[in-house]
Amino acid sequence: MMMRRTASSPHAAGSQSVAKVMQTVLLATVPGVLALTWYFGPGTLLNVLFGSLIALGLEYVVMRLRGRDPLFYLRDYSVLVTAVLLCIALPPYAPWWLITVGMMASVLLGKHLFGGLGFNPFNPAMVGYVVLLVSFPVQMSAWTGPRGVATVPGIGDAFAALFTTGSYDGVTMATPLDVLRQNKGLMFEDLLTQTPQLSTRAGIGWEWVNLAFLAGGLWLLRQKIFTWHAPVAMLAALALCAAAGFDEGSSEGGGSVTFHLLSGGTMFGAFFIITDPVSSAVSNRGRLIFGALIGVLIYIIRSNGNYPDGVAFAVLVLNFAAPLIDQYTQPAIYGTRKRGDES
Amino acid sequence: MRVIHEFHGGIHPPERKALSRPGALQEAAAPPLLVVPLTQSSGEPATPIVTVGDRVRRGQLLATAQGDLSANIHAPTSGIITAIESRPVPHPSGLEDRCIVLEADGADEWTELTPMPDWRGVEPGTLIDAIKAAGIVGLGGAGFPTATKLIAGSRREIHTLLINGTECEPYITADDTLMQRRPEAILEGAEILAHAVSATTLLIGIEDNKPEAIAAMQQAAERYSGPCEVEVVSFPTLYPSGGEKQLIEILTGEQVPRGGYPADLGIVCQNPGTAVAVRDAVLEGKPLTERIVTLTGEALREPQNVLARLGTPIEWLLERAGYTAADEQGNDARLIHGGPMMGFALSTPAVPVIKTTNCVLAPTAEELPPAPPAQPCIRCGHCAEACPASLLPQQLYWYARSKDNEQLEQHGLFDCIECGACAYVCPSHIPLVQYYRAAKDSLREAAAEKQRAEQAKARFEARQARVERETAEREAKRAARRAAAQAKADSAGEDPVQAAIARAKARKTAGADSADPVQAAIARSAAKRAQAARADENDPIKAAVARAAAKRAGLTANKAADDASRANTDPSDNSEERSP
Repeated sequence: MMMRRTASSPHAAGSQSVAKVMQTVLLATVPGVLALTWYFGPGTLLNVLFGSLIALGLEYVVMRLRGRDPLFYLRDYSVLVTAVLLCIALPPYAPWWLITVGMMASVLLGKHLFGGLGFNPFNPAMVGYVVLLVSFPVQMSAWTGPRGVATVPGIGDAFAALFTTGSYDGVTMATPLDVLRQNKGLMFEDLLTQTPQLSTRAGIGWEWVNLAFLAGGLWLLRQKIFTWHAPVAMLAALALCAAAGFDEGSSEGGGSVTFHLLSGGTMFGAFFIITDPVSSAVSNRGRLIFGALIGVLIYIIRSNGNYPDGVAFAVLVLNFAAPLIDQYTQPAIYGTRKRGDES
Repeated sequence: MRVIHEFHGGIHPPERKALSRPGALQEAAAPPLLVVPLTQSSGEPATPIVTVGDRVRRGQLLATAQGDLSANIHAPTSGIITAIESRPVPHPSGLEDRCIVLEADGADEWTELTPMPDWRGVEPGTLIDAIKAAGIVGLGGAGFPTATKLIAGSRREIHTLLINGTECEPYITADDTLMQRRPEAILEGAEILAHAVSATTLLIGIEDNKPEAIAAMQQAAERYSGPCEVEVVSFPTLYPSGGEKQLIEILTGEQVPRGGYPADLGIVCQNPGTAVAVRDAVLEGKPLTERIVTLTGEALREPQNVLARLGTPIEWLLERAGYTAADEQGNDARLIHGGPMMGFALSTPAVPVIKTTNCVLAPTAEELPPAPPAQPCIRCGHCAEACPASLLPQQLYWYARSKDNEQLEQHGLFDCIECGACAYVCPSHIPLVQYYRAAKDSLREAAAEKQRAEQAKARFEARQARVERETAEREAKRAARRAAAQAKADSAGEDPVQAAIARAKARKTAGADSADPVQAAIARSAAKRAQAARADENDPIKAAVARAAAKRAGLTANKAADDASRANTDPSDNSEERSP
């Protein structure tokens, strides 16, 4: 008698796949990358292209070394997401070696040393970013000025910068967060007149870059790639801290709510970094706590730390804490709810 | 109007219900050969009361239930019993099981029936006995004996008899068809069930993707003139709203307490098919011998609902529905008993329809493609969003893989209803439910093992205490005798003869047994047995037995012999049967 193929139920499957999730995330970065490109020139775009090639190569080699089929794993697009996120976080016109070192830290150290996709306790892109930030602080803070304030480098400059063995030798400018951190004791209004890259909201260019990432993030929410809990908690906590620390305009106080929400990596972090499911808390309640603590830490690092932005450090610290948060935020199982309570 | 509540999670798989044209019902005659498994409910197999060569009539009792989870089995048609043997049955294991094989004589002659037309004046207990005698089990798929559920319900305060007409699994339209065709019978059956548990409200819950069934039930409810309140409620389609617990939350906003039953909320839940079976059993005296089966899937030329005799070979039914895919697709062709979400794959179509066969799904490979290779879990949490039990399936998956039993229990592994919503939405195509089933098995196994070990320990300790007590008593007796002899010798003065006799007596009491060669041999064999048992150190029970035996062997020859004879009937040999 012919025996048929049997399998455990369910026998039907939805159409979602890891590759589709990753592709959707990649697509959602487009507005932000375009805004970065518009304000800071083709540097970020070149970062992304070059970084992606390096990352794909690294993933291929690692999978060969691990004795797996590299093509099966490359098709999940996860390494591309890591690469693109890291390259967005890097300053534009980063030299090739900086990108390569960062990518090696992300893919090898952050991801595969722990067992590859799904096993990494830390956000791989942020591992790469932090390794670069503590190793090469000069190169990592070499942001060019935004369009309208400084001359935007052309594509030729971008290639020259990518393939230099040193560091970028074009004109760089302090980012708005840098300006605020380095000029304690001045009124914000005075700073505004002294430094052209600041705007009344946050910084020229930066505010639009943040709004573009916000748009991409909201689209991801609509696509149900992640839930609202972590991003909303992070933004709310950051806004609350900023509101509490704001003293009507002295730079001692640390910037307004809008300044913090629309500066540096706020929106990028809220929707593209802390939403990495692998390294975050798992339950919705857990993700509220996870996001809120990141928001608080970002504010603390921004106002008291040695680094201008704190997203990467805050995320890594909370990655450490995620299993602990999980321990205390298990949702109420069906039937354990008190009678009459319908939340 | 009743407020409709929501339960956590749920998914919207393609419904595909139109495929089997709900509402139309084909009646299949009895096939020439029927195979009636002895296990058709959740419990033990029934015990045959017929022998090969017997002529039976339809509805005649073939096998009697063994225990509360077992159900009577009746002849689905008239004919001759040709065999009682192992045959393939519908079971996830694909293993064979004992079946009664019945060759139909074509007369389809009923046995003598004893209807109960004036059931309203009958005690609930008598009604429940009639339902039990008719071999009725939950026809929705679980196969839990209806009488047992009713007995449990009748001990509680029950206000509502809930008819679960949800049928939330894709493809299946058996209940839909029944609700369209026999709505009055459903209400009659529901009223009988309500009477059995003293409920006063009949609540019929139906998903809103079955407008014809809702209309039919509502019309029947309007015409209903009995003593109960009747309410037909429809609610949005969302899998798995037909889960008993989910349905109760939808209709009442309350959750069945964890580890409890719907009866805790004053509700008893039954399937429409079960209600009709109860009605037919009570009003017409007919035991359960047939049921509606949805034959569906794109591999069938004529998907349909069919009223089939229990014991009808599924391949016989499929042939009539135009099943072609078997030849075309070879081993890739799947046959699913039940629905695509919770059903199990059959390894052969040569199995019979049983009481829980609500659907046979014959999909093409394009229709329900085999799952692609699983990718790593990225903890995206889509599973947790979909879980109707509010579990964290992604965490359960990790704990199942690492065999972390403590965390598995803490994260509610046994609250999982295996609905498959998590696996359905998983972007990594991980067969999550399969992991949970395996983990549940190993947890049950570990619990049983622990219990066995504890029993062995308790037995050993009790025995050791007894041995110590007996040794002490014997020592005390011996000391007393010695003292008495001494006293006698002393009082007898210098009589050498008396003294010699006393010494000889004392020697005999102390050492006679150890000199006995038979007793010594028995002691040696007991010691050897203990040695052998010690070899298997992985098994805590055997180890405990071995330790006990070793202790035993070390005692005096007298005791060893005594114990060796007792060891043959030591309860640890069959502790599993004896465990409470």
